[in-house]
Amino acid sequence: MPSDHVQAHPHDHDHDHDHSTLGEMDLRVRALETLLTQKGYLDPAAVDRIIETYEVHVGPHNGAKVVARAWAEPDFRDWLLRDATAAIASMDYTGRQGEHMVAVANTAETHNMVVCTLCSCYPWPVLGLPPVWYKSAAYRSRAVLEPRAVLADFGVQLPAGQSIRVWDSTAEVRYLVLPERPVGTEGWSQAQLATRVTRDAMIGTGLALSAQAAP
Amino acid sequence: MNGLHDMGGQQGYGPVLIEAREPLFHSAWERRALGLTVAMGASGLWNIDLARSARESLPPTDYANGPYYAIWLKALQKLLIERGLISAQELAQGQPLGPSVGGVRVLKGHEVDAALAQGSRADRPSTQAPRFVLGQRVRALNMHPQGHTRLPRYVRGHVGTVVLHHGSHVLPDRHVQKMLPPFDGAAEHLYTVVFEGTALWGAQAEAGLQVSVDAWESYLSAEPTP
Repeated sequence: MPSDHVQAHPHDHDHDHDHSTLGEMDLRVRALETLLTQKGYLDPAAVDRIIETYEVHVGPHNGAKVVARAWAEPDFRDWLLRDATAAIASMDYTGRQGEHMVAVANTAETHNMVVCTLCSCYPWPVLGLPPVWYKSAAYRSRAVLEPRAVLADFGVQLPAGQSIRVWDSTAEVRYLVLPERPVGTEGWSQAQLATRVTRDAMIGTGLALSAQAAP
Repeated sequence: MNGLHDMGGQQGYGPVLIEAREPLFHSAWERRALGLTVAMGASGLWNIDLARSARESLPPTDYANGPYYAIWLKALQKLLIERGLISAQELAQGQPLGPSVGGVRVLKGHEVDAALAQGSRADRPSTQAPRFVLGQRVRALNMHPQGHTRLPRYVRGHVGTVVLHHGSHVLPDRHVQKMLPPFDGAAEHLYTVVFEGTALWGAQAEAGLQVSVDAWESYLSAEPTP
């Protein structure tokens, strides 16, 4: 079963039928794009460029640089936590779905985790497009009710006594988790530090990689 | 609207399915659906709240059964048909059958970078003083509007604490009232309100849990200090 279904899809299709359904979607989207272009509403080059932007240029590698810099530069960390929109914009990560940013720092006392229970709000300029699980019913329903159980699905167990703070993005504010810096990374360059920062660590469904872990 | 989209606290969806090395798109059509949705959004003939409302007011079976980009696609088709840009018949046949609506703003390929980098801010200058201050106890209203809103059901009726004030932001509930521009862009103060897990989920709340939502002023009422 494809994991990108919002809800489980009944098992009433055989394999061939599933294939023809996929082909049908391709045809439908192509027909719509052709229609919009012929009616003069759409420049297909814009569609190409939008896709290229999020496939190549904008993604979690942006956010990883923000986090690495916050780990390395205390002044930048302070700025990020005080005014994330401005601090992130100073690194040229701006725009759609990141117009109003808030960064939240994990500490030994508190772990932060981000969800959008109503739709799929996600900080595009620093993380790119959300993964399918972030948009899934399972994540959206359970993240606010039983986040520790959700973290277990990700193989993450928080230390006993660490509290958990879930941020439901219900407006145009987008949240970036600043994970804890792994021990043993003193003196690392920002480029080295960025290799420790995973996408999931910046959503709060993961932790930063340890100094020794393979990237 | 108390729709299927308002998922916080629902049960029965099973574990979160995490895909190793997940591709950004799972089929070619998802790629184009994303691009089409973003490109047509630049027409300015709807706003982000109307786009969300179009998705969330799809028939529940449509919302439940598709990949997420199929929801986007169905909502885009609905937005286009509602405004007369295309007809259902044209959509079915995949070709123009009548004249186009004139004056539609078309995002050109060379304009994309600037448009995406600029985005679309939701904050507005305010002449009203905020009603709530940081640290204040507030109750999320027990309200069930038929139309679009951003107050999730799982916090309604519960008491939380204001922890952030974001200034004034365009109120989604009013931003969807008119189908075509100029939209009602009335803004209200927006706050982050944090709730104790036990306030939301009672005795079964996980240890040390707090959950926050971002809530507009009209979603909240002042709560006396205990």
